[in-house]
Amino acid sequence: MKADPKGVLTGAHYIDGDHACAEGAIAAGCRFFAGYPITPSTEAAERIASRFPFVGGTFIQMEDELASMAAILGASWGGRKSMTVTSGPGFSLMMENIGLGVMMEVPCVIANVQRGGPSTGLPTMVGQQDMMQARWGSHGDYAIIALAPQSPQESFDLTITAFNFSEKYRVPVLFMLDECIGHMTEKVVIPPAEEIEIEPRRLTDKPPGDYLPYETGKDLIPDMADAGMGYRFHTTGLTHDERGYPDMSVECQGKLVRRLMDKINNRVDDITIIRKEKIDGAEVILLSYGISARVSTLSIEKARKKGVKVGRVRLITIWPFPEKEIAKLADKIKAFIVPEINMGQISREVERVVAGKCDVISVPHAGGGVHDPEVILEAIMEAVK
Amino acid sequence: MSSKSTTKTPQAERVTTTEDIHPMTGFLRMDRMPHIWCPTCGIGTTVKCFAAALDKENYDLDKVAVVSGIGCTGRVAGYMKLDSFHTTHGRAIPFATGLHLANPELKVVVFSGDGDLIAIGGNHFIHAARRNIDITVICINNFIYGMTGGQCAPTTPLTANTSTTPYGNYEHPFNLPHLATSCGAVYVARWSALHIRRLTKSLQEALRKKGFSFVEVITPCSTLYARRNKLGTGLDLMNYYHDMCEIDHDVHPEDVDINFQENITLGKFVDIEKPTFLDCLEDGYKEKLGDKYLSVRSSHTRELVGHD
Ligand SMILES: Cc1ncc(C[n+]2csc(CCOP(=O)(O)OP(=O)(O)O)c2C)c(N)n1
Repeated sequence: MKADPKGVLTGAHYIDGDHACAEGAIAAGCRFFAGYPITPSTEAAERIASRFPFVGGTFIQMEDELASMAAILGASWGGRKSMTVTSGPGFSLMMENIGLGVMMEVPCVIANVQRGGPSTGLPTMVGQQDMMQARWGSHGDYAIIALAPQSPQESFDLTITAFNFSEKYRVPVLFMLDECIGHMTEKVVIPPAEEIEIEPRRLTDKPPGDYLPYETGKDLIPDMADAGMGYRFHTTGLTHDERGYPDMSVECQGKLVRRLMDKINNRVDDITIIRKEKIDGAEVILLSYGISARVSTLSIEKARKKGVKVGRVRLITIWPFPEKEIAKLADKIKAFIVPEINMGQISREVERVVAGKCDVISVPHAGGGVHDPEVILEAIMEAVK
Repeated sequence: MSSKSTTKTPQAERVTTTEDIHPMTGFLRMDRMPHIWCPTCGIGTTVKCFAAALDKENYDLDKVAVVSGIGCTGRVAGYMKLDSFHTTHGRAIPFATGLHLANPELKVVVFSGDGDLIAIGGNHFIHAARRNIDITVICINNFIYGMTGGQCAPTTPLTANTSTTPYGNYEHPFNLPHLATSCGAVYVARWSALHIRRLTKSLQEALRKKGFSFVEVITPCSTLYARRNKLGTGLDLMNYYHDMCEIDHDVHPEDVDINFQENITLGKFVDIEKPTFLDCLEDGYKEKLGDKYLSVRSSHTRELVGHD
């Protein structure tokens, strides 16, 4: 299905990553937004508030992030594409209901414009410290999708991808910006609506009598019915069977948890978005994401000038982690160098995946700023010594 | 029907017969019976009154959704044959807010416990009432946390014994009608599980009401509340309601506090007209933006997810 022209501001714009995220959402068909103001994400909410009345969208500022997350789940069941935006403290409050979204299999998008933590931390300054919280933040075992943009343009493009993945896989998708990308203003080109591909909801075509809300075929993803369509279905955060009815058996739990994980993990190839550059013949590979990937550009150029063969991998899909892609590269290089604005979250994941086949050099930053390119350069030079 | 009754025993046959003759089967998920509630619990009685209210008001059941939180009362969503959502502890109201705003054609009813709605969910309760969100909230007040084994609730009367107040509760409880009224609810009533005719009528009124309507239902929890406080059986609690409940529609909600085993004031305390959140928003946008405003009620928004 193509995007609705009413929501698409085709043309070239000079906007920041937060605004671009808002425009991406509207272009993707998002027509319900619930949120609670928090720096550095608020601009996205403000843009949606000002744009929604012209496109038939409903904006509501809730009393907190617990409510915001619950409201977007309800709204998605009500038949609208729904989203919220937040930052660290709000992301923490959303966790329980992100888990409910996973369990009920509710398409929706949560954007987290990351700032420095823990706690209130650095409200106006950058961090990438919620990457593991994105993966593991809600209790229980589950798989989830998380994407990280490195520019306002990508913030627009990938917000649409986030909505599409959420509908396709029936899972909340976490859109992991960082303060730098959120507040960075650049040219953003919004294409004509007919060039924007939109994933429609997987609505069931079965009549009410035959429909089981959590019955799945080979792809392990159930077809959906929205409230009010006449299916009179039940859904719960309790462990449930195909009818959506609670079933506290070990067998049902095993089947459900495995399916919730497999429906994502079996499709890593489809979900993986990764950018590779000068991988062939590389001695070392710089692997990063978001603003840290951008900051590394100068370091990579300097190292190459010094004659070091540096390849580059930029992760856009963070979760599910593109294990195969990364493991494949580990055989051929001396080391991965992983700069990120946290104390080594994704670098540990890389370490796990390469399993000793090459070195993994974490270049941590506690937050509040980006890396000094010289520090990254030193790490590269150290790796090839 | 439970898995135990799949063989054709006389018991199974009896259940089938009950299915056929019970007047509320059309409203219930009979394939989930028996329910989990204890004998003499007042939740089932309230569900029956709710179903009767839907029936009398002739609602198109395809357009009624029920949202519950977590608790004994939270299980109501699982037994109603409606689009039904069993959510997280305390979050039924914001979930319902999203559901209602996404599809204002639906009649959205929140059915949950006093702990769920007023303790962990208290913040959502006051804000939904303040905004005058067009939903109906039915609150089972059994003075205690049932599901988790009888702990203190924000409605537990002073001095009452619970598992976390073993020497008596010394927190002042909430007066729910007063709370709802002061936050802006347009319909506020309190009934008990004994007053089923009045409760049913009140639920009909609450459902019909445009805006945030609230009905508190005082219900017996003989397993936990009565036992811990040596109040006898479920029947004894019903007798207490019979002897100690006074109906007074004209009383100010401020004056309907409940003290341990003292009299309980029932009635319809508030029934006023006030524009809902959506009404205000639509009128305001139309005035400010004129023709450029695209109504949130337009069918357009649903087409965007792939509904044609
Ligand atoms: C976040 C969270 N905290 C605690 C619980 C445990 N819990 C489940 S139900 C409940 C209280 C229920 O009491 P009430 O809302 O009065 O309903 P009742 O069981 O009495 O109908 C609690 C504390 C939970 N499920 N989730």
